Amino acid sequence: MLENYFPILVLAIVAIVLAIVLMTLSRILGPFRPNATKLNPYESGMDPVGEARDRYSISFYLVAMEFIVFDLEVVFIYPWAVRYLDLGFGTFIAMMIFIIMLFVGLLYTLKKGTLDWELNNYRG
Amino acid sequence: MDYLGDIQAFLPGVITALAGLIVIVIESLKKDSSATFWVTVLSLVAALFFSIQSLGTGLDTAFSGMLVHGGAVAFGNVIIVVATLFCVFISEDYLKGINHYYGETYALILFATTGMMCLAGSNDLITLFIGLETMSICLYVMAGLIKDEKSGAEAALKYFLLGAFSTGFLLYGMALIYGATGTTNISAIGAAASTDLLFLAGAALLLVGFLFKVSAVPFHMWTPDVYQGTPTTLTAYFATASKAATFVALIMVLSRALPVMEGLNWQMVFSVIAILTMVFGNIIALVQDNLKRMLAYSSIAHAGYALVGLAAGTPEGYSAVLFYMFAYTIMNIGAFGVIAYYERNKGMDFSEVQNLAGLGFKKPVMGIALSIFLFSLAGIPPLVGFAGKYYVFAAAINAEMVTLAVIGVLASAASVYYYLRVMVYLYFREEHKPVELFNPTLLYKGTIIILAILTLYYGIEPILPASGLMELLNSYGNLGAVTNVLIP
Repeated sequence: MLENYFPILVLAIVAIVLAIVLMTLSRILGPFRPNATKLNPYESGMDPVGEARDRYSISFYLVAMEFIVFDLEVVFIYPWAVRYLDLGFGTFIAMMIFIIMLFVGLLYTLKKGTLDWELNNYRG
Repeated sequence: MDYLGDIQAFLPGVITALAGLIVIVIESLKKDSSATFWVTVLSLVAALFFSIQSLGTGLDTAFSGMLVHGGAVAFGNVIIVVATLFCVFISEDYLKGINHYYGETYALILFATTGMMCLAGSNDLITLFIGLETMSICLYVMAGLIKDEKSGAEAALKYFLLGAFSTGFLLYGMALIYGATGTTNISAIGAAASTDLLFLAGAALLLVGFLFKVSAVPFHMWTPDVYQGTPTTLTAYFATASKAATFVALIMVLSRALPVMEGLNWQMVFSVIAILTMVFGNIIALVQDNLKRMLAYSSIAHAGYALVGLAAGTPEGYSAVLFYMFAYTIMNIGAFGVIAYYERNKGMDFSEVQNLAGLGFKKPVMGIALSIFLFSLAGIPPLVGFAGKYYVFAAAINAEMVTLAVIGVLASAASVYYYLRVMVYLYFREEHKPVELFNPTLLYKGTIIILAILTLYYGIEPILPASGLMELLNSYGNLGAVTNVLIP
């Protein structure tokens, strides 16, 4: 039973070792000129520490929504594409229906101006 | 795989989903086009046509046993589509009147309707969950349509948080049931049902999720606030279509996945919850001044009456619940429709009962229609509400649950007070300040009149010697008999 988890253990060890090796290499080989901004943890451009009631741009959510559209597409299409020859032509039509549905969602958000970075232009 | 056969089996849902996509495309290319309304209406009429066509066919599976169609499910689809159609008819005028007309609302309604049909026809825990979520997520958005008012935001947030929480219960119950039986197919679960603690806990959590959606006591807390903050015509949609879909799904799950056996007596559970729901719903409704809150508590009480039919657990009880959901749908949409008419253009605060003083004579058609709907909700013959209550209580008595039926009748008698109170204000009080009433559009007025006629007609139809409806419903009631056929 437990030996089934052995590959996962190996993967974890490799990941940890690789992370340490890469970070050490970049520290040794690359130039290191730290300042306060560079040392901050990366939080997509936001201050990682601050008041809980902070205002931030709604665009983050809109872009995240666009991301979900493509993300779902990938998650669904990969397994289908790998097994396509066994599944047959019917699944091709089913997948096209799925993609059209996602496309309609994408069209709607684009037309409403989600990728318009000037929020004043939001046509919602 | 037989794709065309599958699509044909779920044709009403396919049509509404497709129409939802078309509405979104229209809305994104051309804002506030009247085409969205007509696409919605046409698709719903087509869906209604195909649902009615499949009435009278036997239960059968589709999509590799993921969905069932025909039988009670076909009748459920008819209720859902009828409710949606009437709500769309009255929403067009009302939403424009309160300045919250968005084309997206129709897309949400169509997707929610698809979800409801998927929920009602689910034969697998997975499709059940997908249907329920498709429905609920659309409803959460619609609850917050009036987003610039506090009550609208409250409704949406409350509904979303509590709804998501109850979905968690439902999903956890499904996981436990899967753990206990090793299958997600509802008929197969019925065959593998046991009194194992794992299975019992799973079934209990599953039922909690369902009872939340039908707002049974003690899972009813969200109902009044959500119903009050939602635009009134959409409240009608929440109260009827989503409830009908959940009840049909509940019938399908109870009759096929949870057989009554020693140590698994969910009939007792349902009796207790039915009593609580009827008594609490009616007693709290007595003191409500806001009409929408009153109808919310009344809808809790009506869920209680329907639960009586489920508690009976007999084929007769199931067909009584199906009839009850149909009756409740037509009379409740009518009642919400007239209230929406009175409060249109006057803001959400206008739905206080005192504001209706003397309005009954001003617009006689609307006043009479509201009286018919309220009499029907109170269960006074010869209206459809009476026939519905008669069948559920008769089913309970035939299943030797006399106490349950007696409590139901007493609770129903108490409810007459708050329904008649509205009529007292409508007809026996002086108008204390002049209220300007709008002339409703022909579509709006016609919808209300048709609903009133249906309320009257289906109150008489079941007692006619050649009643097609009850015969049809009785043929659906025997769901247990098809259980063995459905296991693949």
